[in-house]
Amino acid sequence: MLNQVARLGRGGLAILSTLGRASILWSMALWSLPDFRNGPRLLIRQLYSVGVLSLLITVISGFFVGMVLALQGYNVLVRFDAVGSLGQGVSLTLVREMGPVVAALLFAGRAGSALTAEIGLMKATEQLAAMEMIGVDPLRRIISPRLWAGIIAMPLLAQIFNVVAIWGAVLVGVDWLGIDANAFWSNMQDSLEFREDILNGVIKAVIFGAVITWIAVFQGYDSEPTSEGISRATTRTVVYSSLAVLGLDFLLTAVMFGVN
Amino acid sequence: MKSPLNQVYGYLKLVKPCITQSNFIEIRDLCFRYGDRIILNDVNIDIPRGQVTSIMGPSGSGKTTLLRLIAGQIKPQQGSISVDGRDISRLNRKELFVERRKMGVLFQSGALFTDLSVYENVAFPLRVHTTLSESMIRDIVFIKLEAVGLRGARKLMPAELSGGMARRVALARAIVLDPQLILYDEPFAGQDPISIGMLAELMQRLGQTLKLTSVMISHNVSKAAKIADNIYVIADGKVAGYGPTQAVLDSADPRIHQFIHGLADGPVPFHYPAPDYRQDLGFKTQAATC
Repeated sequence: MLNQVARLGRGGLAILSTLGRASILWSMALWSLPDFRNGPRLLIRQLYSVGVLSLLITVISGFFVGMVLALQGYNVLVRFDAVGSLGQGVSLTLVREMGPVVAALLFAGRAGSALTAEIGLMKATEQLAAMEMIGVDPLRRIISPRLWAGIIAMPLLAQIFNVVAIWGAVLVGVDWLGIDANAFWSNMQDSLEFREDILNGVIKAVIFGAVITWIAVFQGYDSEPTSEGISRATTRTVVYSSLAVLGLDFLLTAVMFGVN
Repeated sequence: MKSPLNQVYGYLKLVKPCITQSNFIEIRDLCFRYGDRIILNDVNIDIPRGQVTSIMGPSGSGKTTLLRLIAGQIKPQQGSISVDGRDISRLNRKELFVERRKMGVLFQSGALFTDLSVYENVAFPLRVHTTLSESMIRDIVFIKLEAVGLRGARKLMPAELSGGMARRVALARAIVLDPQLILYDEPFAGQDPISIGMLAELMQRLGQTLKLTSVMISHNVSKAAKIADNIYVIADGKVAGYGPTQAVLDSADPRIHQFIHGLADGPVPFHYPAPDYRQDLGFKTQAATC
C-alpha cells in the first residue's frame, strides 16, 4: 500500500518536473531577445520546413474532407428537402471546427514529428552541446525560430485547408449532385460571420499551432539521446499533440460559442 | 622546413600571452552525483596554463562528466571549478555563454552541424560572434582548414566526410576563435591509425604553437603519453594519481599500473559483482536433489 502511494507520488513529481522544464523552455525560447541579424533568415527557413512542406498533405486532406462533408450533408438534408443549406452546413463545420482541428492533427503528424526527430537527433549527435560550447544559445537559435514558425504557419494552413475543403464540397454538391450554386454560395455568405466564425477559427488554429510546436520542440529537446529515445519522443509528440488539440478544441468551443 | 601549421600560426606567437606558471583550471573539493549514484567525489585537480593535461581512467570513472563540468554544461553539487579565475559553476546562463568563447571543445562525435558545409561549420563561430567582413571570414576559415589539411574539402557536407576528417573539421571549428582553452573528449576513439596519428600531431602542434591550455580525455595511453605534459588518472570517482607524464607511467600504484598496462584483472575487477557462480548454475539445488 505504502509502495503504491510512493509510486504515485514519484509519478506525480515526474509529471510536475516535466511540465516545469517544458514551461521554462517555452518562456526562454519565446521571450528571448530576437536575433535581428539571423532571426528573419532562420524563421523563413523554418516557415518553409514546417509550413510549405506541410502544404501538400493539408491540401489533399482538405479536398477529400470537403467532398465527404458535402456528400454526407446532402444525404441528410435531402430528407428534409433542405439541400440548399449545404453551403451553410459545410462552411460552418469547416471554419469553426474541422478546419482548425483536422489541419492541426495533420500538422502534428507531419511537422510536429519532424521537429522532434530533428531536434532529438541534434541532441544525440551533440550538435546542441557544440552550439552551447561555441557560445550560442540553442534555445534562441534552434528552438525559438521553430516555435514562432509553428505559431505563424498553423493558422495559414488551417485557412488553406478550409478553402480547399469548400472547393471539394462545391465539386460534389454543386457540380456532381446538382445543388443550385447560387443557393449554396448565398447561404454560406449569409450564415458565416467574420468575428464569430472566421476569427474564432483562426484563434483556435493559432493556439493549436503554439501547443503542437511547444510539445514537439520540448519532446525533442528533452529526449533521451539514443535512437530508441528519439523514436519514443516522436511518438509522444504525435500522441500528446493530438490529445491536446482535441481537448483544447472542446474548451475553446465552450468559451467561444457557449450553449445557445 | 617549416610545417604548414607553423607557417600559419607563426604570426600568432607575437600576440599570444606569455605562459605563466599559474593554473588555468583549478578544481576544488568537487562532488557530482546523478541521483543517488556518486560519479565524482572530493576531486581536486590543477590544469597548468599552456600545457597539455590528459585525464585518463577506466570507462565509467567520470572522465567525460568532469569535462562537462569544466565546460559548465552541468553543475556540481559541491565544490568549485575555476577557469581562468572565474568559478564556472556559479555563473548564470548568459555569463556562461560569454565565458565559453574562451574555450574550444572537440566532441567525441565531432558534432558538426549536419545542415552546413565544412566551410560554413568552421565559419559559424565567426559569423555569430564577430562582425568581420565576408572576405576576412573566408581568409580565417581557409587558414584554419589549411592547418588541419582540409582546405580542399571546404565544399563537402559533413555526411560526405570520413570519421577522421569530421574530427579534423571539428578541430578547425574549435580553434577558429583562437580560444585559450581546448577540451578534447576521446579524440582518438573509433579512429584508424592514420587518423589517430594525424590528430595527435595536430593537437601537439596546436598546443605548442598557440600555447593553448589543453585538457584531453583519452583511453589511448601511448598517444596521450606522447602528447601530454601531465596526466591525471581517475578511478572510482576519485583522483587515483597525477603528475608529470613519465612519473605517472612509472607509477607503482596498483590502480594506475593496471590501467597503464591494460591488465584485465586487478583493483578494477574483471567480473561485475554477481551472486555465487555455483549457486547461479544451480549446483546447490542438484546436490539437494541427489
